[in-house]
Amino acid sequence: MGSLVKIFPIKHRDFIHAGKPSIEIKNILKTLNTPREIIRRVAVCGYEGEMNVVMHARNGQIRLELSNTMIIIKITDKGPGIPDIDQAMEKGFSTALDEFREMGFGAGMGLPNMKKNADRFEIRSTPEKGTTVRMEFATGER
Amino acid sequence: MKVKDLKEQLDLVLVAGEAGLGQTIQGGYCGDLLSDVMANATEHCVWLTVQAHQNIVAVAVLKEMAAIIITCGNTPDKATCDTADQEKIPLFLSERSAFDLAWALARSDTD
Repeated sequence: MGSLVKIFPIKHRDFIHAGKPSIEIKNILKTLNTPREIIRRVAVCGYEGEMNVVMHARNGQIRLELSNTMIIIKITDKGPGIPDIDQAMEKGFSTALDEFREMGFGAGMGLPNMKKNADRFEIRSTPEKGTTVRMEFATGER
Repeated sequence: MKVKDLKEQLDLVLVAGEAGLGQTIQGGYCGDLLSDVMANATEHCVWLTVQAHQNIVAVAVLKEMAAIIITCGNTPDKATCDTADQEKIPLFLSERSAFDLAWALARSDTD
């Protein structure tokens, strides 16, 4: 089976559509009979990644790639970037605005949750330009 | 216990997602931090939260929840209700706190 790629745009402050790309990704994985345990982890990572873009970046995208042996989720944004990635990865650290915290976001759990749920997690960021998070999930041979 | 049984047991007001009333509830989760809920809520649970904005429905769909109860008199806007209808996620309202409701539910659930 060849690889499948799907790209979904994400917009700053668009809480109305935020989460829908992750729901679509979840539905695609379900139709491909991906194990539920993997779908659950992809859903957490996709959602957290989307919310980071919605809250912190100007705009971005979430890209799903399916190969024979893995699922790759790559979230890319144009935004302020992360000056100190180690600090951003600490549980409880967040720069979210108060208005987002009141909505239940900005607990400083997003990036740690993504790292915990992905089989491989990479984050790169350039201040004033943007951030890319790439996550792999091993599926075994399809 | 079915979602529809919650309404009478806890005296809830259903505002959206009627199509999901036949779902079976397996467990529950109380939480207002969405990352915490994403990390720890279980499938087919009923979620008790003060959050009432539209994004709660996305969380419920991703976690395959059975229903949401919005607690402490908070109310969702129409867009949230419309999304819950589309996604068939029953959305209930209550004046009571998550603790009160969870307590009442635990005492009444004999299944």
